Amino acid sequence: MRWASDLRRRLVKASATINRIIGAPDYDGYVAHLRFSHPDTTPLPRDEFVRQRLEDRYSRPGARCC
Amino acid sequence: MWTLVVALGVGSFAYLALSRGERVSAAWLVTAAVCFYSVAYRFYSRFIAVKIFALDANRRTPSERLNDGRDYVPTNRWVVFGHHFAAIAGPGPLVGPTLAAQFGFLPGALWIVIGVALGGAVQDFVILAASVRRNGKSLGQMAKEEIGTVAGFTALIAVLGIMIVLIAVLALVVVNALGESPWGIVTVGLTIPIALFMGGYMRFLRPHKVLEATVIGLVMLVAALYVGKAVAENPALAPMFTLSRTTLAWTIMIYGFAASVLPVWLLLAPRDYLSAFVKIGVVVALALGVILVLPPLEMPALTRFVDGTGPVFAGKVFPFAFITIACGAISGFHALIASGTTPKLLERETDARFIGYGAMLTESLVATLALVAACVLTPGTYFAINAPSAALGTTVESAAIAIANWGFVLDPAEFTALTAAVGESNLLSRTGGAPSLAVGMAHLFSNVLGGTTALGLWYHFAIMFEALFILTTLDAGTRVGRFMLQDLLKHVWEPLGRVSWYPAVVLSSGIFVSMWGYFLYQGVVDPLGGINSLWPLFGIANQLLAAVALCVGTTIIIKMGKARYAWVTMLPLSWLVVVTMTAGYAKIFSPDPRLGFLSHARLLQDAAASGNLPVNVKSAADALRLAVNDRLDAGVAAFFLIAVIIILVASAWEWFAVISGRKAAKTTEIPFEPRVVAVGG
Repeated sequence: MRWASDLRRRLVKASATINRIIGAPDYDGYVAHLRFSHPDTTPLPRDEFVRQRLEDRYSRPGARCC
Repeated sequence: MWTLVVALGVGSFAYLALSRGERVSAAWLVTAAVCFYSVAYRFYSRFIAVKIFALDANRRTPSERLNDGRDYVPTNRWVVFGHHFAAIAGPGPLVGPTLAAQFGFLPGALWIVIGVALGGAVQDFVILAASVRRNGKSLGQMAKEEIGTVAGFTALIAVLGIMIVLIAVLALVVVNALGESPWGIVTVGLTIPIALFMGGYMRFLRPHKVLEATVIGLVMLVAALYVGKAVAENPALAPMFTLSRTTLAWTIMIYGFAASVLPVWLLLAPRDYLSAFVKIGVVVALALGVILVLPPLEMPALTRFVDGTGPVFAGKVFPFAFITIACGAISGFHALIASGTTPKLLERETDARFIGYGAMLTESLVATLALVAACVLTPGTYFAINAPSAALGTTVESAAIAIANWGFVLDPAEFTALTAAVGESNLLSRTGGAPSLAVGMAHLFSNVLGGTTALGLWYHFAIMFEALFILTTLDAGTRVGRFMLQDLLKHVWEPLGRVSWYPAVVLSSGIFVSMWGYFLYQGVVDPLGGINSLWPLFGIANQLLAAVALCVGTTIIIKMGKARYAWVTMLPLSWLVVVTMTAGYAKIFSPDPRLGFLSHARLLQDAAASGNLPVNVKSAADALRLAVNDRLDAGVAAFFLIAVIIILVASAWEWFAVISGRKAAKTTEIPFEPRVVAVGG
């Protein structure tokens, strides 16, 4: 079943890319960053992170254009 | 190789320009544009990257220096390209070229292609590179720090003014596209509950499964298309969903208000995800449609309306073609995005060329394709859809006579058949560009898939995504406008600035919605069709913002010690100043009442006094109200022009001070630091 796990890995990667293109909050990337650069800090919970990212995105000009 | 590309591009343009009196294939237009874009990207953007900024892949970018996993995240350049493109592209490059097609295809095509290479893409690229060198600072901050506080404040007010006019005119496009159309209203109306469902799904049912929710949303969108068709064909339901344009205008205002006060996860975010998907899908579909069909352009290269008597909007080809097409050639709004999220994501600063210049070229290609879609309609059909009823009368027969007087042919029977085929009860005078673009696209798509029976579905599909784009700009714009207003209001009374205090939120949202709502309502009741007065105002506003951006760019180039290359931004800047000034002056002072706001106000006032009212004005009181609106529009135009002058004078002052050595070239650029973290590929 190597092809199945291969396909799965590809799908996960593709959906992560699409998520970033459409601008969905990237919680996994955030946690990975904190683990790597600031291992002593506790990451925000996912709900809180997503809430903050969305609030921020829709509060300044430049999120959307004509 | 490049000589060949240049030769092919020039040859195609020459063929287009010289082909008088016969139909030419859209293939020539697309080939000319693509050749021109490739040459501009290969040579001109490289020149800017190397000679002016000396972009260096080894220089630290903000995403590396400030990496926090939230705002500042080093991101692959293709992902940033997609994200940036989805943010800059919207309804603008679709609607502008459609309206400008009244001059024929040539003026629009030339301006889109040349304007983007020397203006729009330069602006986006320069601002992006400047912002990357300043830790991702916004345009407003850069204007304040590089030019001065006066320029910074003017930029802030200009952005607010532009948002008001932008939202009003886009809302008017939606109102004109959906008015009296039950199919359109049901389909577009259903996108709101779909977004709410997606919001709930991502929060409660399957938390944070964004893609899953979006795919379900997309399937529901297609279903909504069929529900709309069923409703429109049902004699009991159809009248219930046939709304007048005034009712629709009020509905959209309520929607904008709701979007501004509701939590973002519920409405704004899910809509945005849907819209980003649909946007990229539509661009690809449009490109495929044009390439597979390669339709002939029915519109001549130039029409007689270059003299300013055009029915779609008043004004001569210069300057009004350059005002009407803003997005797609040069759009000041992009400077806000190029100095917003994008600079914080760039992995290497050399990526700024591909993303800043490249994404704008792609948007320009979208504008070219939209122009093709508008020009595949026969001129008779185009003018029947886009000219206001003041010019056409209200029946297909009277329209055929009016159009024959302009030298084009409209076959009433054929037009009635087309109206029925797209599932509408009326296509006459559906101004605003969206319906005629939708007919053009339906024509292209049904040639590829489904044949004439699918015309109605494709038409409403096109209307649905145009409305979806516009409503995403409208709701996000209203919310941002509310925040900007609160930022100003807090200087009056501090609690008004609290973004989560409900009374302040409701008050500031209400104020902002009534500001654009006023212009929207005025456009809906305008006897000349609204688009005629609001679209040029939007164009002027957008070009004003571009002028601000280019002033900032020029100042930065001069302060970098590269004054000998400052012509790169000064060339488009001087062109924009000439265009906005002539257009603004004409809109305010022209003695032709179709064009000038003040002469139109005088005409209405005289009519009210003499009791001899124009056909579609009901009472003397109405005429006086319309005259007030005209004077207000004149005031808004004057405000934009004064803002251009202030920014220009403030910048020129700074330039001369720096060049003459009276003032040290103090800049906020972050000095060179080498990268620490290596990036792949």
